[in-house]
Amino acid sequence: MPDARVIPIDGPERPRRGSPDAARDAVAAGAARATGERARRRRSSPLLDTGSPEAGVVPTGVAPGDPAAEARPGGPMPGAAGPGAAEQVPEWERKAAAVLAFVRRRLTGDYEVDEFGFDPELTDSVLLAAMRPLYRSYFRVETRGLENVPAEGGALIVGNHSGTVPVDSIMTQLALLDDHPAHRHLRMLGADLVFKTPVVSELARRTGTTLACNEDAERLLRKGALVGVWPEGFKGIGKPFSERYKLQRFGRGGFVSAALRTGTPIVPCSIVGAEEIYPIIGDLRTLARVLGLPYVPVTPTFPWLGPLGAIPLPSKWIIEFGEPIQTSTYGSAAADDPMLVFNLTDQVRETIQHTLYRLLMQRRSVFF
Amino acid sequence: MVTGVSRYLGGRFTQLLQADPDITRVIGVDVVPPRQDLGDAEFVRADIRNPIIGKVIAQAEVDTVVHMAVIATPLGAGGRATMKEINVIGTMQLLAACQKAPSVRKLVVKSSTSVYGSSPSDPAMFTEDQEPHALARTGYAKDSVEVESYVRGFARRRPDVAVTMLRFANFVGPTVQTALTSYFSLPVVPTVLGFDPRLQFVHERDGLEALWRATVGDHGGTFNIAGDGVLTLSQAIRRAGRPTAPLPQPVAPWIGQLLRRLHVADFSLEQMRFLSYGRVVDTTRMRDVLGFEPRYSTVEAFDDFVARQRLHGPLSKDNVTAVERRLVDIVSRGRVGA
Repeated sequence: MPDARVIPIDGPERPRRGSPDAARDAVAAGAARATGERARRRRSSPLLDTGSPEAGVVPTGVAPGDPAAEARPGGPMPGAAGPGAAEQVPEWERKAAAVLAFVRRRLTGDYEVDEFGFDPELTDSVLLAAMRPLYRSYFRVETRGLENVPAEGGALIVGNHSGTVPVDSIMTQLALLDDHPAHRHLRMLGADLVFKTPVVSELARRTGTTLACNEDAERLLRKGALVGVWPEGFKGIGKPFSERYKLQRFGRGGFVSAALRTGTPIVPCSIVGAEEIYPIIGDLRTLARVLGLPYVPVTPTFPWLGPLGAIPLPSKWIIEFGEPIQTSTYGSAAADDPMLVFNLTDQVRETIQHTLYRLLMQRRSVFF
Repeated sequence: MVTGVSRYLGGRFTQLLQADPDITRVIGVDVVPPRQDLGDAEFVRADIRNPIIGKVIAQAEVDTVVHMAVIATPLGAGGRATMKEINVIGTMQLLAACQKAPSVRKLVVKSSTSVYGSSPSDPAMFTEDQEPHALARTGYAKDSVEVESYVRGFARRRPDVAVTMLRFANFVGPTVQTALTSYFSLPVVPTVLGFDPRLQFVHERDGLEALWRATVGDHGGTFNIAGDGVLTLSQAIRRAGRPTAPLPQPVAPWIGQLLRRLHVADFSLEQMRFLSYGRVVDTTRMRDVLGFEPRYSTVEAFDDFVARQRLHGPLSKDNVTAVERRLVDIVSRGRVGA
């Protein structure tokens, strides 16, 4: 077996073979020589003492070529140097410059996402903007009870899920962003199938969706975010048209324990209109199993009309936010009391179910 | 004693330690001589897979062992089999030697956040106590998981030794070379179509400082080490000014293997998963218990890496801004002309 060789680096290489004591003495002498010099150096920030070429380089917090300065639309424009010049610039030109600046930010990666992958810039100016005509003109969404959604701090919005494709979550998101006085972003919780699917997973993260698990829900609620959850999941959106507005089982009540643990209120949210956009009259179960999907819907138009079948029916929507259920009085330990969790889950479910029946009674027709 | 000193971070860390007046003696261990100047530190050419390491510890009465000889790139180690042997068998031997050495009071192990794996059912952020959803079955991640389990076994058998495990996010910086840095250096960066994972980076200087703190301080436990904030993969590639080549998920592993064969880049299956689903860790404990505040955020660390390694591709910020200016110029000139 070869012996270990001790090579002092500071001197010429003297490979020593032999007694370990001799090696240790030589090293000790070297160490003693260096101690005096080292003692003069500061101990607190060793990285600045290493004498490497990068030592002392500290990030200033601003990337080279300050992006904030260039980000302003019209900032780098030669034609709009002063404030006076900016006034003469026509509106369309300023818009063009803003679009160009936006494209540049996207192309150079000069934007921010949070830990969950939420990209507010893209969500507000592209993704939700594309959905806004659907919200305003197509489904003509009417919102009620927005005062029940707190203007700040965490809250859990619990809604009924329907419509084959989760358009209802996008509409709820728009309702809170556009019509709520505080213009709040809704952070949604999605099933893990969402994050397995290409493109969908990317869009979901960008629009502020994260995985429906207790860790994420609690983390968001503690941050003071507005969290949206649809506890029926695929059972809700994939149910046949004959069972419309009949609430399915509300998961395992994980959302209630998340609210209890963080002491945030639960706001029941009832959505009317989403059931009719793609009425499911059949389910291709075998195909669904082969594709690994929870269901493959058959609607009056899909798959018969091909891509045209993807056009939703223009139903009239109502989104009502109910009275918040306060959870802070129970204390965070109550999350471990299954009976309380079940009772609260039922309470939320009943509230939504009754509101749905009431709204359906008030509704004159599906489309008006 | 520091293991793995001939590799870049090990060498830099040894320089750091020997500059500390309170540390009287630094011994570096590796199988090949160090490329960097280790200053007054001693170098012992020994293989940690060999029981000789026990002799070194006993002779020098080592009180603190910093284990950095865990290798992430099979190409660098000379094949996956060698890499696994160095990582797993090396750690076992080293820990066996430490267990027999009464002088050892502290053990610091450089681990990685890859122990959490990458899967679509992961929570948005991992804390140190969370178990991975999908256990790593291959590669570096599996080695890291095994190394950690041996370290935990050691901590049980030697409760008098303070054991600190640092789980580092991916290193970037002016000099460090990893599989991920060479990935970002590709002229066209392949990605998995339809996925944009969230990534976290730690600057090499921050990583060294965290190791230093864990070595001189007195905090046992496991800590995630990462810069603040996250970058998505597409954002990172754009910041490097490079075009992307999205590949559909089913063919991505084939392309990865091809690139590996051609020695263009080192893609393993776990790396593919990482580039699909990403991973973000919670660093609250790093701040509160270890008392360490990284100087570079994830974005700053990555920007520093891009700037120092001169990675600016054809879509660099300067080029794009120049095109934007020209377009704005054309628009305003059209108005003046009319």
